Amino acid sequence: MKTESALTNTELPKTDPRVKLISAKIKKENYRADALIEILHTAQNAYGYLPMNVLKFITKELHLPPSRVFSTVSFYHFFSLKSKGEHTCLVCTGTACYVKGANLLLNEIEKDFHLKPGEVTADNSFGLQVARCIGACGLAPAVVLDNEVHAKVMPEDIVSKIHAKISEK
Amino acid sequence: MNRNDLKTIIYAEKAKEENYKYKYKICVCCGAGCISSGSEEVLKKLQEEVSLRGMENDIEVIPTGCMGPCNQGPLIKFEPDHTVYQKVDCTNIATIVQSQIIDKKPIEDMLLFSEFRKKPFLNANEDPFFKMQHKIALRNCGDINPEKIEDYFVHDGYKALDKVLFEMSPEDVIAEIKHSRMRGRGGGGYPTGLKWETVYKYVSDQKYVICNGDEGDPGAFMDRSVLEGNPHRVLEGMAIAGYAVGANKGFAYIRGEYPLAIKRFEQAIKQAKKTGLLGKQILGSEFSFDIEVRIGAGAFVCGEETALIASIEGKRGTPRPRPPFPAESGLWGKPTLINNVETFAGIVPIINNGGEWYSEIGTPKSAGTKVFALAGKINISGLIEVPMGTSLREIIFEIGGGIQGGGEFKAAQTGGPSGGCIPSKHLDVKMDYESLISLGSIMGSGGLIIMDDKSDMVDVARYFMEFCMDESCGKCVPCRVGTKMMHDLLQKICEKKGTSIDIARLEELAVFVKETSLCGLGASAPNPLLSTLRHFREEYETKIDLEN
Repeated sequence: MKTESALTNTELPKTDPRVKLISAKIKKENYRADALIEILHTAQNAYGYLPMNVLKFITKELHLPPSRVFSTVSFYHFFSLKSKGEHTCLVCTGTACYVKGANLLLNEIEKDFHLKPGEVTADNSFGLQVARCIGACGLAPAVVLDNEVHAKVMPEDIVSKIHAKISEK
Repeated sequence: MNRNDLKTIIYAEKAKEENYKYKYKICVCCGAGCISSGSEEVLKKLQEEVSLRGMENDIEVIPTGCMGPCNQGPLIKFEPDHTVYQKVDCTNIATIVQSQIIDKKPIEDMLLFSEFRKKPFLNANEDPFFKMQHKIALRNCGDINPEKIEDYFVHDGYKALDKVLFEMSPEDVIAEIKHSRMRGRGGGGYPTGLKWETVYKYVSDQKYVICNGDEGDPGAFMDRSVLEGNPHRVLEGMAIAGYAVGANKGFAYIRGEYPLAIKRFEQAIKQAKKTGLLGKQILGSEFSFDIEVRIGAGAFVCGEETALIASIEGKRGTPRPRPPFPAESGLWGKPTLINNVETFAGIVPIINNGGEWYSEIGTPKSAGTKVFALAGKINISGLIEVPMGTSLREIIFEIGGGIQGGGEFKAAQTGGPSGGCIPSKHLDVKMDYESLISLGSIMGSGGLIIMDDKSDMVDVARYFMEFCMDESCGKCVPCRVGTKMMHDLLQKICEKKGTSIDIARLEELAVFVKETSLCGLGASAPNPLLSTLRHFREEYETKIDLEN
């Protein structure tokens, strides 16, 4: 794992607005260890993922052992230790979507982008993810492109939809 | 705000409703489903259309929560006619308003379910989809603006809390809930009143109420719709529970995958605090109660109560052995009441109408109604609420409009990864806790996935086992290793490399994992496998026969 090298990363610039955001959240939660998950949510919202130096920062602020923070982060699907890509496509693989062909969508994407779920293109422009269920079962199969839910997506349309998203500025 | 102020507000809001100044109300469904089909655009365009026609004083346009038939969205409903249009988009809004309101000639082709009914109903409430439902938990979802507390007041909002605080002792409240015979809607079906009583009886300086909105079952979206469509109802239910068990702090644990539900619930908390319905000395009584939202981080196991508690404490969401049950030692070691979103949504009507009223709905052992999320190969998918004991056949063929694409019904999957499949020969099963258990399935939280003759049941079992394998927290060996081994065997059979010994191994492992796992996740993980083996054994055998 890259963990070790990442841990030696430089300290966070205090002037970065994202750091300020996290600091404010930590302060608001009164430096309580039980607010760790809330703070991680804030950090991930700010950065899009949880870079190792950010985790280190949180660890220090909350006076927690790194193992406690890292074990929590790695336990929950929602938290990601690496960048998810500038644009993301999240294919729901909940039961309803599965029954209605979510796998066909994944196959199409794999064919075109050579990506498996959890992977990001080499230029970091696009990442593919799967979700266990986004609760849009009435609209199966559902796909989330950059936070926008697309309903009843057909295998023949998915790739062009993604390309359209990537070329959007 | 004190008691009288609340009465004045409710009275004023009701008077406003009675002297409703508009001739028409157009409700635009802004549940998560319809929003992803573009209903927010529709809402904006409708408002523009109304002002373009200079009819702002005649027509009110409001966003509402989920109306139910999600795959027909975006939906708009014209009141007072109850006429619902489906799949509305920005291009046909002008035509719809012109025909419905000006010409008074509804466009039949665009009415709800026009493709499934010979003649669609002008009054949607007469359509079997709505007619056969009995909305208690979902009441007002789809009629009111979930982002306005005033809309909730019109429908007797917070009247139950007021009644509880000033006319009932905690014992009275618990007695009423017990009398209703309500059972927890999270899946287990434990009697709600009994749970409340247990927490009430423990003496402690601090107790907690937790609302479990970590709806992790794939194929279930009941809690999401309730939280999005009528958040104040859940909030009021939690406050009543707090009063009954003696807690002054509540947590609502909501899935991170549901940003809209989180937003609306947080908004509801803010409004309630501002109005004095949350906080110190509510309505001038001695009772104080506060609620915080905790956002789930995507772990199915956190639906298990001890794991959920660990997660609220900011730790890995791993369960611990029970006893002690959370009622005795829960959040931070204090007595804690945990109920599901749907359970809390059912409290207010029980207080308002009495436990007797509720107990008469449904079946003798399963009182009340149940919300189901209908999805899969069915014509009308979406959210429904029916009395307990409604048959599966009625749900699929009358409410749901039958199987999609004219296929044949093969099985219904209930209870998600903890549940099982009901085959077609049991189509007349009454949907209640006991009947489903007798068929090897469970009620679960209410996900109902319909499968047609093209569905491969062994693959379905493999799918759910993969889910449980991924979601196993890893704490206990039977679940961590057992789900992986069962998954690999199922995978082998799916790839047609299995032998009959593999089936025997699966059966042995399933019982072993079921009996020895620490928590509900492992104990129920073999259910989809066992139930498909029980009802569709021949499918397993064909896959093996081919090779050997």
